Order: sequence, then structure tokens, then C-alpha cells
Amino acid sequence: MIFFWAFVIGGLICVIGQIMFDVFKLSPAHTLTSLVVLGSLLDGLGLYEPLIDFAGAGATVPITSFGNSLVHGAMLEAEKHGIIGVVTGMFEVTSAGISAAIVFGVIGAILFKPKG
Amino acid sequence: MANNKKKNLPPQAQEYQAFQSKREVKRPIFKNCLKAFLIGGTICLIGQCISTFYIYYFNFTEQTAGNPTTATLIFLTMLLTGFGIYDRLGQFAGAGSAVPVTGFGNAVISAAIEHRTEGFILGVGGNMLKLAGPVIVYGVFSAFIVALIKTILLKWGGF
Repeated sequence: MIFFWAFVIGGLICVIGQIMFDVFKLSPAHTLTSLVVLGSLLDGLGLYEPLIDFAGAGATVPITSFGNSLVHGAMLEAEKHGIIGVVTGMFEVTSAGISAAIVFGVIGAILFKPKG
Repeated sequence: MANNKKKNLPPQAQEYQAFQSKREVKRPIFKNCLKAFLIGGTICLIGQCISTFYIYYFNFTEQTAGNPTTATLIFLTMLLTGFGIYDRLGQFAGAGSAVPVTGFGNAVISAAIEHRTEGFILGVGGNMLKLAGPVIVYGVFSAFIVALIKTILLKWGGF
């Protein structure tokens, strides 16, 4: 069942992005930035965690989960060390996405030649 | 902003703009949304298959499986971007391929490949995060504000 909801919820988040493209005429960078901010706000309100339980990868794969996991890491550390933890814990949960993108970016640049 | 620009233009240019906006091809919003839904949903479905694999074979939980899944998806994106398949997918799917984390990976990796002729330090290293930079910057900034407010409320607000 979680496969079905992953498809539906993930698809719907992409539709929100497409509406931002087409109806509000935002550039891809503006759209992705808004979605990340939206994700962090949702986690601040405690709404993103239930969505992950409900939809699995449908909520963790879209870029909104990036904002969510940034807030999450900050809050985990903040519980232990108070206000200073907000800064030190920021990348605790998110590191996979950014480090993978950078590592595979460099490997890709070594392996592939630009086209066109 | 658009209105201010219009006021300063001569009348012919205003007429032309009205004419242009009438002739402009209307974006097929419903069709685009459907494509975005199908492709975006499929990418998340693949993600779910990968995270199920990690949950069963590597003892991750539903909450922590997101991380290795993200890394695996970005690895797949590297291959698709390198062979030029992801760009074609992006033209078809619009937000369906941009919003999932694979779109973030594609932005980083395609910038890295594109600028390799300028050298590895200034070209690849300097331009890699050009497209993905705003996402990281405002993600971190908004997360900082949200977490700060939440911490203050939890510590001193008595919630």
C-alpha cells in the first residue's frame, strides 16, 4: 500500500511544482527554493513526519524533504545543547543528499564529456 | 514590475505587447500537470522500492531509509545525466523530474559536466553549485529560523 501512496503523494508534490512553473510563471530555481522553504515550515509545525510515515519515499524523495531534514537535524541537536545546537546540528540528517550530489558531480565530470 | 515597464514604452510597443500576449501559445497546464504527476510519482515509486530494499537488507527504519535512498537516486541521476537521458526526460516531465531529489542532483551534476573544460578547480568546483546554490542557501536559512523559533518556544514558552 505504501508503494501506491508514495506514487500519489510524490506525484502531487510534483504537480504543485508544475503549477508554480505554469500558473505563477516562476523559474525552476524559485520553485525549488519555495518548496524547500515550505518543507522546513511544515516540519516546524510537525506535519512532515506524519507524511513520511504515511507516504514513505513519496515524502522523502521530493526536494521538500530537504527542508524537513535540515530542521530535523537542527532540532535533534537543539534538544541536547540548546540554542547553539541549531547551528551545529543543521546538516546532521541532510548530509546524504548534498554529499552524494557533490561526490557524484565530481565523478560525473571526470567520466563524462559535455554534449553539444 | 511588468506594469511599470509597460508604462514607459511607446504606444506601438504597447500594442505589440498586447498582440504578442494574444498570440502567445497557451501553456497546456492540465497536460503538463498530468505528465509531472506521472513522472514524479514514478520517481518516488522507484525511491520507495530502493528504500524498501534498504529497510529489509540493511536494517534501516522508515525514517532513516531516506538518506541512502537519496544517495542511490543521485547516483542513478549521474548516469542518466551523463548519457543525456535526464535532459530529455526534463523536457517531457517539467516539474515531475525537477522537484524530486534527482532534479537537485541533475542540477549539480550537469553544471559540473558542463564546466569541466574550464578546469577542475575553477570550472567544476566553482560552478557546480551555481544552480543548486539557492536551494541550499534558503533551505539552510529557513531551517535556521524555523528551528530557532521552535527551540525558543520549547525552552521558554512552556509548550
